[in-house]
Amino acid sequence: MKKIAFSFLGALVITGLASFTTFQTSGKKIPSVEIKTMTGQKFNTGKISNNGKPMIIDFWATWCTPCKKELNAISEVYSDWQKETGVKLIAVSIDDSKTSAKVKPYVDGKGWEFDVLVDENSDFKRAMNVNNVPHIFVVNGAGEIVWETTTYTDGGEAKLLEVVKKVAAGEKPE
Amino acid sequence: MILVRNPFLIFLGLLTLTGLPSFSQNADPGQIHGTFESYGQYYNPDSTIGAPPVPEKFLFNGYSNLNYIRGNFKAGLRFESYHNVLQGIDPRYKGNGIPFRFATYTVDNLEVTVGNFYEQFGSGLALRLFEERGLGIDNCMDGVRARFEPFRGIYLKGLIGKQRLFFNTGPGIIRGFDGEINFNELIPSWTEKKLQIILGGSFVSKFQPDANPNLILPQNVGLSAGRFQLGYGDFQAMGEYAYKINDPSYDNNYIYNHGEAILLQLSYSKKGMAFLLGGKYIDNFSYKSDRDMAGNFLTINFNPALVKPHTYGLMTFWPYASQNPGEIAGQAEFLYKFKKETLLGGKYGTDLNINYSRSQSLDTTGRQANENLIAYDVEFLSPGDNIFFQDLNIEISKKLSPKFKGTLMLSYQQYDIAQIQGKAGQPDLHSYIAVLDLTYRFSEHFNIRTEAQHLYLEQDERSWAMGLIELNFNEKFYIAALDQYNYGHYNPAKRLHYVTTSMGYVKNTTRITVGYGKQRAGIFCVGGICRFVPASNGFTLAVSTSF
Repeated sequence: MKKIAFSFLGALVITGLASFTTFQTSGKKIPSVEIKTMTGQKFNTGKISNNGKPMIIDFWATWCTPCKKELNAISEVYSDWQKETGVKLIAVSIDDSKTSAKVKPYVDGKGWEFDVLVDENSDFKRAMNVNNVPHIFVVNGAGEIVWETTTYTDGGEAKLLEVVKKVAAGEKPE
Repeated sequence: MILVRNPFLIFLGLLTLTGLPSFSQNADPGQIHGTFESYGQYYNPDSTIGAPPVPEKFLFNGYSNLNYIRGNFKAGLRFESYHNVLQGIDPRYKGNGIPFRFATYTVDNLEVTVGNFYEQFGSGLALRLFEERGLGIDNCMDGVRARFEPFRGIYLKGLIGKQRLFFNTGPGIIRGFDGEINFNELIPSWTEKKLQIILGGSFVSKFQPDANPNLILPQNVGLSAGRFQLGYGDFQAMGEYAYKINDPSYDNNYIYNHGEAILLQLSYSKKGMAFLLGGKYIDNFSYKSDRDMAGNFLTINFNPALVKPHTYGLMTFWPYASQNPGEIAGQAEFLYKFKKETLLGGKYGTDLNINYSRSQSLDTTGRQANENLIAYDVEFLSPGDNIFFQDLNIEISKKLSPKFKGTLMLSYQQYDIAQIQGKAGQPDLHSYIAVLDLTYRFSEHFNIRTEAQHLYLEQDERSWAMGLIELNFNEKFYIAALDQYNYGHYNPAKRLHYVTTSMGYVKNTTRITVGYGKQRAGIFCVGGICRFVPASNGFTLAVSTSF
């Protein structure tokens, strides 16, 4: 059985490498997974779009201090960012049923204007290959993931804006 | 490698059938993505802090996911490696294996998954299959699941299989069904209605043969649950009730009581202000696919912790643990944003968060069920005298200038060490904790963050102080040092410093952190589920990446 496992692993790796060449031109897309909105409505992540403009997908949780610092910092300048680049931010909470009821109160309490989704059992997190929060993706107008980061420290939103501006202008971010 | 039998071959077959033709046609070949995450630690024995010698000296946990997507088809696997497993995680995780592999296909409104999967029904009181790597928990299922949406607004799920247990599966078979109706989606004229209604229900049943010569045990144990979610403007309400037939198990000392659970959460929120109220009643509600299993393995359902999950070091020394045998618990939380240019808001505004949570025993009376079995009667929904845990905390966050931000947090925690840690006869712990977290940004590329913490306690290890300094360069690199000092220990010889230094490098999705220092023995918890981590002294290395 071990042999089968390894030959399978080998096959998968080869398949992976083979598809890589094309993958780079086609770009990494957002997988379609069923999660929820803040009010419990089902939402399919395949529907995430912003009419050809860039998007930020930000994985966070109500218990993640750096995540909240980042989103609160962006919240203060979000309307400026939107005017400048047309960007839309989608904040995906990975709070599970212990704390998912806190998401809406937190978001409203902070006055966030973002779209917020709740990935209560980490299905979207797994599909997006997220190990830990925060994990931020920048998606271009064609729906391809073009930049990622897994950290936030104070002032980090400036770098994110730089990336979004480049993506909005059709340039490749660093 | 029992796991690699039939579903695995099905999976292989599916992958070949779906994947290969597309290559020859030069059509969309799909995409492969993955993650890698590993933790290694070198252990020095250290008798002063009670760190035991580790024969291997170096221990390692590694995880890698590979996911393949092509159109409506998804497949993936996870490779895990424990050589040997880190201290504090169950040593039955041993060696290498592929405990997780799956294939999913979606046709119209039907999605079918074969192999391993995670799932949650409602709030999880009936069924929650999840992974919590830091605790060594992975109760995913190996079997078949279908999700079906026959009409808009009606969602059905069905599943069957066995649960993962280390590199094998547990003995019990689980069958589960869940249905949900979203009335605002189902009824076209309700789409824009202010009142939003979602109703749902689940039924889960587990089968395990009765091999016990002394007891007549139910081989099939059913659990039913019903739930609602209502929204009306700024108000939200959700609730779930679950009932389980008698299920004698290791966890309840093999008594024949039935089990009940209720979860209720209400919230009101608008811009700048929010209020949340939660309540929970749990009686005899451990539900596992092996009735003889101890610990957090093969759990089918989930008892959500209604507490504030703390992240500051000293706040987590005496953490809440879920009490599946029975508890009545509640939580209230209030958030308020003082606006800019007001007395309390100052120039940049001030954020206030107050949280109170409490868990206590049920009102029970012991009863001699038969000559060698003691059970109990319970007063439905009435609390008993014993407080297991309570936490009142206040958090104030404030921007003092464009470069200077701070958070002050104060907490009072009561912890029933006799109940939670089984240390009979020990008095409850009453901790008073204060944390000050300050960040100063010197430039766009450099900032310093500091934490000063104090825990005042008259029992057990008594009082602690903690300091932390973290230098962040360029978003890519950090260095940090912290000292936890048990200055108040009743035994002067144990007034020890636990100093740790660490540094990390982050580039895009890759993160590498290296640390060196001493770690206090303690309870590490994620949301009420806890594990004991022994004291340690040594190097740590963590690497994670994704592509």
